[in-house]
Amino acid sequence: MAPDGLIGHLNYWAIALLFLLGLYGMTVLNNLVKKLMSMNIMQVSIIMFYLNLAQKAGGTFPVLLPGELHPEAAAYVNPLPHALMLTAIVVSLATTGVALALLMRIYRRYGTLEENDILRRMAGR
Amino acid sequence: MRAAGLVLLVLVGALFFYSSAELPPTGDPGSPPATHVSPRYIEAAYKETGTINLVTAVLADYRGYDTLGETVVIFTAGIAAILILAGLAERREEP
Amino acid sequence: MRRPFGSVVLDAAVRVLVPALMLYAVYVLAHGHYSPGGGFQAGAVLAVAMVLVPLVQGPRSKWGLGRRAAVILAGLGTLVFPGLGLLALLWGGNVLDYGALPFGLEGAAGRALATMLVETGVALAVMGVFVIFFELFETGEI
Repeated sequence: MAPDGLIGHLNYWAIALLFLLGLYGMTVLNNLVKKLMSMNIMQVSIIMFYLNLAQKAGGTFPVLLPGELHPEAAAYVNPLPHALMLTAIVVSLATTGVALALLMRIYRRYGTLEENDILRRMAGR
Repeated sequence: MRAAGLVLLVLVGALFFYSSAELPPTGDPGSPPATHVSPRYIEAAYKETGTINLVTAVLADYRGYDTLGETVVIFTAGIAAILILAGLAERREEP
Repeated sequence: MRRPFGSVVLDAAVRVLVPALMLYAVYVLAHGHYSPGGGFQAGAVLAVAMVLVPLVQGPRSKWGLGRRAAVILAGLGTLVFPGLGLLALLWGGNVLDYGALPFGLEGAAGRALATMLVETGVALAVMGVFVIFFELFETGEI
């Protein structure tokens, strides 16, 4: 039985809180590494949102049970969001790697990763 | 800056909590994501692709374009990181 | 890593871990049809096997991929996917229509084999990019 009403939406609220945590970090924090970590938290919340949409009450994980040649759609959770989020995880790896490389470059140039100091140095140059 | 961030946070949070009422409850078997294309994947994947793991079937076969682009994306990320950091190591070696 | 942070314990543990990791990576890759697993996960595990020894023993260790080899492997792995997809054109299929490839198998089994090849390419690409990142961030350390 799928829960309905408030209980059925608690997951969405928790995921929204996680997203807002990441958004807060990206907008308010001053350190660029912390901003990057906040971006990763946002990505994780999006991934959890999609996986939450994939759930079906009474469904098992999307690998066919042995000997099941004519599976019913209701018996397995939705495999599509899992595949898409597998892609998203690897893309988040790629963005994180490139962002770290850029941060190393920025640190080399300005000697700091605090946004205020970087902006001040850019203006003073 | 901090105040503006908090205002933005509250606005986005209110939007989320308002719109989450329209989302299907967790685990609803009749929700839109569970009814349109995924039954086809579940029912026909073994017959059509010979793969028991439905995620692998969707990832590599039905949605091959997605995974193709995604592999290119990570390769591009590796090359981009090399190009961004090119010369950084050599410059540090200087006395 | 400019200097290794290994000790006798870490060194011995790595010697035991790395072969097991490589075997596990191949298992995850080959069993991706039947259980959770597949190219991305296998590539990540394989990359750990490649990176662990240089991490513990320092830059003078004989194990591990160089940056050049990592780039070449990543490029080859990336090429496997569009390569197979375009090969299908030659035998009259659509792009990425593995059923058209002449494996001499029944339709579904041929598609499963092509999926396996594609996953191998993806694993190589992911491993290569992981190793590239490791190499970059260790030599260009802040």
